[in-house]
Amino acid sequence: MADLKNLEGMIDSTPIMKDYADIESSKLPEFQIDSKIPEGPVAEKWTNYKAHQKLVNPANKRHLDVIVVGTGLAGASAASTLGELGFNVYNFCIQDSPRRAHSIAAQGGINAAKNYQNDGDSTYRLFYDTVKGGDFRSREANVYRLAEVSSNIIDQCVAQGVPFAREYGGLLANRSFGGAQVSRTFYAKGQTGQQLLLGAYSSLNRQIKRGTVKSFNRREMLDIVIIDGRARGVIMRNLLTGEIERYAAHAVVLATGGYGRAFFLSTNAMGCNGSAAIQAFRKGAYLANLAFTQIHPTCIPVHGEDQSKLTLMSESLRNDGRIWVPKKKEDAEAIRAGKKRPTDIPDEDRDFYLERRYPAFGNLCPRDIASRAAKERCDAGFGVGTGNAVYLDFKYAIDRLGKDVVADRYGNLFDMYKMISDDDPYETPMMIFPASHYTMGGIWVDYELQTSIKGLFAIGECNFSDHGANRLGASALMQGLADGYFVLPYTMQNYLSDQIKVPRFSTDAPEFDKAEKEVRARIERLMAIKGKQSPDQLHKKLGHVMWNLVGMGRTLQTLVKAVDEIAKIKKEFYADLRIVGSANDLNTELEKALRLEDFLEIARMMAIDALHRNESCGAHFREEYQTADGEAARNDKDYMYVGCWKYTGDNEKPILLKEPLHYESIKVQTRNYKS
Amino acid sequence: METTINVNLKVWRQRGPKEPGQFVKYRVENVSTGSSFLEMLDMLNQQLVDKGEEPVVFDNDCREGICGMCSLYINGHPHGPVQGITTCQLHMRKFNNEDEITIEPWRSAAFPVIRDLMVNRNAFDQIQQAGGYVSFNCGGAQDANNLPISKEIADEAMDSATCIGCGACVAACKNGSAMLFVSAKVSQFALLPQGQVERARRARAMVAKMDELGFGNCTNTGACEAECPKNISISNIARLNREFIKAKCAD
Repeated sequence: MADLKNLEGMIDSTPIMKDYADIESSKLPEFQIDSKIPEGPVAEKWTNYKAHQKLVNPANKRHLDVIVVGTGLAGASAASTLGELGFNVYNFCIQDSPRRAHSIAAQGGINAAKNYQNDGDSTYRLFYDTVKGGDFRSREANVYRLAEVSSNIIDQCVAQGVPFAREYGGLLANRSFGGAQVSRTFYAKGQTGQQLLLGAYSSLNRQIKRGTVKSFNRREMLDIVIIDGRARGVIMRNLLTGEIERYAAHAVVLATGGYGRAFFLSTNAMGCNGSAAIQAFRKGAYLANLAFTQIHPTCIPVHGEDQSKLTLMSESLRNDGRIWVPKKKEDAEAIRAGKKRPTDIPDEDRDFYLERRYPAFGNLCPRDIASRAAKERCDAGFGVGTGNAVYLDFKYAIDRLGKDVVADRYGNLFDMYKMISDDDPYETPMMIFPASHYTMGGIWVDYELQTSIKGLFAIGECNFSDHGANRLGASALMQGLADGYFVLPYTMQNYLSDQIKVPRFSTDAPEFDKAEKEVRARIERLMAIKGKQSPDQLHKKLGHVMWNLVGMGRTLQTLVKAVDEIAKIKKEFYADLRIVGSANDLNTELEKALRLEDFLEIARMMAIDALHRNESCGAHFREEYQTADGEAARNDKDYMYVGCWKYTGDNEKPILLKEPLHYESIKVQTRNYKS
Repeated sequence: METTINVNLKVWRQRGPKEPGQFVKYRVENVSTGSSFLEMLDMLNQQLVDKGEEPVVFDNDCREGICGMCSLYINGHPHGPVQGITTCQLHMRKFNNEDEITIEPWRSAAFPVIRDLMVNRNAFDQIQQAGGYVSFNCGGAQDANNLPISKEIADEAMDSATCIGCGACVAACKNGSAMLFVSAKVSQFALLPQGQVERARRARAMVAKMDELGFGNCTNTGACEAECPKNISISNIARLNREFIKAKCAD
């Protein structure tokens, strides 16, 4: 890699600027970021936008085609709603059914500013909590809109027949999640994502039956086709036959999820990948804030080298579970050696470190803070289990509420824990440790959720827009459905309104020929390496580098090293990759190899983004930038912007563009969960 | 603390839907008992790839028991010998050193084998498309609390809605019936007020589609309930029968 080779000697200055081109001050029009935020006070922006946007006449909608890639909460809700409106939708997923997208695994809940509990919630408060939780690195107007439509999402889902948890009086139940002092989280047992996704899937099925949505399963996007500067189609690989297929449309929507599996081990599903982001990046879409990756504090700790994924224990457990490690190092050592059990440690020798450090929010402080606090205790030698684990204890809740109430609230999570760890959480505390879970960063989009390529939209986790540097619990489901049900169906019309005269595209266009040729050449190149290592072996190496050097605590040194190590793995990949089988056939090894090739690029961009951001904010913790008591030290003067990266060539320096963030209706302050 | 075991596998290998298949024996050594069953198959596949052979193809994704993608008939049971879990949640501590483990795909006429252990479950999507929804367009919903629903009803609907669509019920059934799957969705909507308007039409349409796609009839054997990884109750089938008869009588 040429781009960071001069770095070693410059570590002590602020040299990183040499490794990408920073043209914020450039006057070139193509480098100006226009986020298209509507005029007016923040509370009126979305209303104003809708009042003045352009619409498409019902008779014209059926002549307009939209490709939606992905069938998670964002993709399924967008595809079904666009279908309901009358657009002609092509919807793709890599699984065998749209119902299996990884949104299905979200456990805890979905936030909405309903204020059903009369505990002081409001649209403004949800907006405020989200911006604050994101450590003032999200776009104010987008977040306000998210909070504004949150209530409609609950109405919509109930109308679909989503069986949310209810009180005995028949009204909807709520619980609390991290980063909030109100109970605004709606849930369906520990399977909220499943129920919301099945709701969206049912609406999607209705449209498939009506013929407005055509559903294509087991297809993986390998390129986006651009014609005259607009996204007009995609190249798909049929995962069952290996055939390369072409699809054309007036607009393309990416709803492809996050890139958390750059860490190899994560709570993401095995097929989750960041390839769509890299394909969009190569075609000119900006990638934004890639350093903002969420490490979730309550996952089941790693057990060994052959492990393939990590399992999340829902954040809702922090409502009633208390997190602790032994106060005395000798107790921690005895537990690690198997000489003591957690139940042997009396209360006075337990360090409830979240309650100690953050009295106001206690065990319900935001995820980034809870994760770092766990790492801090484990690094200091107080960890239990393998040393990389802390306790989440329900003894106190069982004493207070009784076992039945605890079982009713968390029974299925306890069962899941027992199955994996062989320990009974009713009797002995759970062991938990942070793991890669969600990516706040992603494809840059404007207020309309359009990327910097015309006609290419990005919704849900794959965009960057709403969570800033840290996402609050129960907000991912909210954002996915907000984008798909209530935002994109409007903004898409604003884009398509002047496309009604554009006839359907033929997939015989030279742009499709070229894209398909490139995809075939790429596959042939990988198949021809014929080395010794499987994609998984190489992916694990990448995962180690990312976790150790670009994980919860980063420094200039670790990041410089990471860029170097990633380059080495990339070299190994192109020299020693082995893909058995054939390209023109079902080939799971080839699928993994293609995704890994893109992960290597994402990983490099994550490290570069983390390297350039000389501050700590939210989940991005640069150890050299912290306060005396170990909290993130933000630098608003120099870094209150969205870091957008523009592609300039495979081995070229990316260009940094900055979208400044302005907060008009919220006072920027240091995040405080202590008092 | 970690213990490891060796296992002897008999795995069904089949190139394509129309090609003959056969059991092939493999041995996997030093499997941590803390590993999941699919991680053990990952180890097998790594062995195969190291020898330049094609890996065993099996569906999997979330690996936490909720996406419904994984399948596998293990030692004669869908999702293996432990009740109430999916294959991805099965851990190797449930096996003993030197155990012989037989692994087959779902076997049902409605789920043709694609390759090895991977089957085609598109029929399930088609049944849902026939009527597994409330016909309601986004945007027009009333406030969610305007329509109270008793906790008992909501909980019961939730239990039915828990179905992950994996197909274990069909695989377990000697008739290859999809009644448990269909009845779970019909029940969810039959219980909730939102599902009332289309109640009869839904039951008719989903049952008709199920029959059309070649699933067998239900003879109340109960294997589906016994093998369901989500413990979906067979009482859903009784409800579906009532719904279906009522709908037919109304015709």
